[in-house]
Amino acid sequence: MTPLELHRELLRLRRSEELLASLYRQQEMRTPTHFGIGEEAISVGVCAALNLPHDAVFTHHRSHLAYLACGGSFEALCAELYGRETGCSRGRGGSVHLTSREHGFIASSAILGEMIAVATGAAWAFKMNHEDRVAVCFFGEGAADEGILYESMNFASLNKLPVLFVCANNKYATESPLSARMAADADLIDRAETFGIDAFEVNGNDVGEVYETTQRALQHVREGQPCFLECATYRWLEHVGPNYDFEMNRTYRSRDELEEWQALRDPIVLSAENLTVSEFDSLDVMDAEIQAELKAAADRAYAAPKPDRSTMFVNVW
Amino acid sequence: MRTLKYREAISEGLVQAMEQDPSIFVTGISVNYSSHVFGTTKEVSERFPDRVITTPAMENALTGICIGAAAMGKRPVIVHDRADFSFLAMDNLINLAAKWKYMYGGNAGSVPIVTRMIIGRGWGQGATHSQAIHSLFGHFPGLAVAMPATPYAAKGVTMAALAADHPTVILEHRSLFEIEGQVPEEPMTEFVPRRLLWLGRDLTIVATSHMVIEALAAQRALSEMNVSVEIINPVWIRPLDGDAILESVRKTGRLLVADVSHELCGFASEVSALVAEKAFSSLKGPIRRLTLPDCPAPVAQSLEEAFYPKASTIVGLVLEMLGRDVPEGLATIDRVDSFKGPY
Repeated sequence: MTPLELHRELLRLRRSEELLASLYRQQEMRTPTHFGIGEEAISVGVCAALNLPHDAVFTHHRSHLAYLACGGSFEALCAELYGRETGCSRGRGGSVHLTSREHGFIASSAILGEMIAVATGAAWAFKMNHEDRVAVCFFGEGAADEGILYESMNFASLNKLPVLFVCANNKYATESPLSARMAADADLIDRAETFGIDAFEVNGNDVGEVYETTQRALQHVREGQPCFLECATYRWLEHVGPNYDFEMNRTYRSRDELEEWQALRDPIVLSAENLTVSEFDSLDVMDAEIQAELKAAADRAYAAPKPDRSTMFVNVW
Repeated sequence: MRTLKYREAISEGLVQAMEQDPSIFVTGISVNYSSHVFGTTKEVSERFPDRVITTPAMENALTGICIGAAAMGKRPVIVHDRADFSFLAMDNLINLAAKWKYMYGGNAGSVPIVTRMIIGRGWGQGATHSQAIHSLFGHFPGLAVAMPATPYAAKGVTMAALAADHPTVILEHRSLFEIEGQVPEEPMTEFVPRRLLWLGRDLTIVATSHMVIEALAAQRALSEMNVSVEIINPVWIRPLDGDAILESVRKTGRLLVADVSHELCGFASEVSALVAEKAFSSLKGPIRRLTLPDCPAPVAQSLEEAFYPKASTIVGLVLEMLGRDVPEGLATIDRVDSFKGPY
């Protein structure tokens, strides 16, 4: 992908989350939602390097970015949040349970660390079937507090599985800072390497760096060497919901810290530095187009039918 | 039909399923050890060595890994040498496998993983190597739960589970592995359980798993006392064939539920509630539940002897329910457990 294409993706994901967050305040999307504003470059950079829909992508509760970066329909996402039959999971899953298999986005789930194992299993299936496919799992550093990550990394390394573990380290699990969860001298890269996994430290807000590092890692992954990316980033909004923490008078992190990330390390601002002058000049038009498309899709999603009560038991088995 | 042991029936079911479907593989912490899970995975290990894969002890991740493989078209069979180990896999089994098809609206496909787990019971296996946890799994929509008590059902559920579109938990009982019974030679993909194991008129015994063997022994002793009991064995805990139970109780008017686990919130209570709700007017007396004492399984032989109900316990209860005197010396009908330790 060109810098401009990557930039457009970043902008599309940002505007998608912003629109959803504004609509969310109307209390008509009745599903706990974890917005990813500020972390877009990780999903965009990684997914741009994949061979979709051939490869298989899995993600966690902060699910929208990977879904959209794979090409999942914004309208179907919006409809899922509104609880409509046209939702990507037919209104049965909500924000945390998304799927778009036709785009290679297999599933997201709400329980911390689950999908790390599931992606590892998909990679195991690819290896058993001698298929040239890789599995990718996005998760936060909060999932590194769960044992399932270590069981999965061990298994992936032991069996030489084509899986890429992508850890977005946004420094907070809900309201717990890293300092409350990891010893000061502990390190995620070391943890991955101790299992025999190749680990890369990445600026997760620099889409170009994420894209290039993923391309490099994937060369190893496709040869059966599992890899781990630790992508440094920052979550702008509260853990769950559309507000800033300072708006809710929460003090577990400061407004200054947020504003420093926004001012110095906004993925969209950083990406714009890679554009030519004429590309930069075209951004306003691009932005207006994106926002118009999203607004129209959101209107269609809202107008779509709600699941009928008679379908309550469909797909239990 | 010829006679097979319970463990041979499971083995044959696995072999035939794996012959038919190359996507099936068997995995767990001991599946190709020399003991081959009571011999049940020996033949598949020899026939399909690449598809019988021992893993590290990682029950939770392994279940998630198998869900991922299933989402990509594989049909994994996970084996837990003891059912108790599956507690480590609860998140992936209950939160993900059981709900996958439903919560993605059918759009993410299905994950028909099969989890075999063995109930240890006896010879000092104790509190954490002996539990029957079918009531727990049976609670959750989306998961099929089977508890075969005969070689016929053991092969049947193995093959049916490997042909189904949903995840299945199969609870096998160690005390049943050497039991013999008639099993068809052909694949049993379209398995219909024989729910009525013994026809009778005075009282219905609904028995699960190993309690079926005890109930059949009790039936022989009772028939000598002119008592005719009917024995129903729900092979599937979920989906439960409630009609078979109701039909029987409407005929006999009395119900004893003999289960291999505890009473509170347990399967025996579920069956009792079903009958109390739907066949109350047929009942001639109170329903009785025969379950494990309300404490963890002890190790000492003197306590373990008293912990597990036996055929004589069933006979005593049945006679009591019918208002008959309970004779002395019933314990002579009880089987001596021939199991040699340690595991």
